[in-house]
Amino acid sequence: MSATKARVGEDAWKTRIDKVNAELVTLTYGSIVAQLCRDFEGDYLEVNKQLEKMGYNIGLRLIEDFLAKTNMGKCANFRETAETIAKVGFKVFLNITPTVTNWTTDNKQFSLIFEENPLADFVELPDDGRAQNELWYSNMLCGVLRGALEMVQMQVDAHFASDILRGNEVTEMRVTLVRIIDDELPPGED
Amino acid sequence: MQRGDSLSSPFVPFSPNPSIQQGTPTSTPPLKHTLSSSTSSNLRYSSSRKSIYDRHLNRSQRSELSKASFAFLFGEMVQYAQKRVNGIADLEKKLNLHGYSIGQRLLELLLWREGRSAKRETRILGILQFITTTVYRSIFNKPADGLEKSRDNEDEYMLIDNDPMVNSYISVPKEMSQLNCAAFVAGIIEAVLDGCLFPGRVTAHSVPTEQLPAKTVFLIKFDESVIERESVLG
Repeated sequence: MSATKARVGEDAWKTRIDKVNAELVTLTYGSIVAQLCRDFEGDYLEVNKQLEKMGYNIGLRLIEDFLAKTNMGKCANFRETAETIAKVGFKVFLNITPTVTNWTTDNKQFSLIFEENPLADFVELPDDGRAQNELWYSNMLCGVLRGALEMVQMQVDAHFASDILRGNEVTEMRVTLVRIIDDELPPGED
Repeated sequence: MQRGDSLSSPFVPFSPNPSIQQGTPTSTPPLKHTLSSSTSSNLRYSSSRKSIYDRHLNRSQRSELSKASFAFLFGEMVQYAQKRVNGIADLEKKLNLHGYSIGQRLLELLLWREGRSAKRETRILGILQFITTTVYRSIFNKPADGLEKSRDNEDEYMLIDNDPMVNSYISVPKEMSQLNCAAFVAGIIEAVLDGCLFPGRVTAHSVPTEQLPAKTVFLIKFDESVIERESVLG
């Protein structure tokens, strides 16, 4: 199953995606994070929140772009969702395929391990003693996942568990399925 | 490190840190000499990975990401800036600043990549051609569409882009029709010029035509010092 997904991702990447210089994206993202750090005057927790919010806004629109580019059908379960995100989603937008691991027994939580992160290429966190402990540089990705999955009826919580920029061994994002959003009719309608 | 004495000189003083230019807010903070005793970095590095200083700079030279990623990022950048400014001029200034920090880094990267054959540009035409070809090609995969010198003003040049990539996913509402998000690219150009010691102002203007509705002109206005230097060089 995951092999076909990998092929879908590769295929879409090769044929249906307009490409742009990766360094431009890296530099643009860096500029955004730097601007946020300046605006919030070093309150890295706020910066994390803001990055997540910006990512959420992106995710709401990104999911449509994703569905248009890949024509993927509905995923049967959360495991399939995870595979799709890793092999197709990230491939189509960032040309990377993180690994899906560390499933919990109830199949509601998994980890994405990023071997490489184009957003954080050649980045070093500020050496002010706090940034490495407080800032999650790629936090926008968490928001993107949250926004995108919310549009396909899944409420998830995504956060980084470790980050190479912080001196950890790997960059790992933990994704938890909170609940499936069933469409609720507004009160008063049957 | 004070640089107040250079205000009278016609030439921009050479700065070992090209990001420090007078009057322009920098995104790279100048090197601070703190009173604390430790001069070594307190940053932790992953033990299994090489630090970013060991990675080769050419590693990501040819790598590509989807245009959508850039479009989404840029859109968010514009939206975020919009919430914190009043007015179009301010918004363009913020975009210009973003482009500025990108241009600084891009310039160093491109010059380093040219290697031994890199020529230091001292003439206006030279640096403009560097921007039109090398810089533009590295970010947009195509050279800029035209370069013109203004007939009315000695110090104005125009760089033409028929369809700036950054604008292709931005739709500007009618009440903000003077906004041109290519102010971002103007910032990149301005940073490259400043870094090569051609201080000036770069602004983006839309000049739509029938065949090219997205045509944008980057108006480059050089400082007095540059024009003087150019005439001295003959």
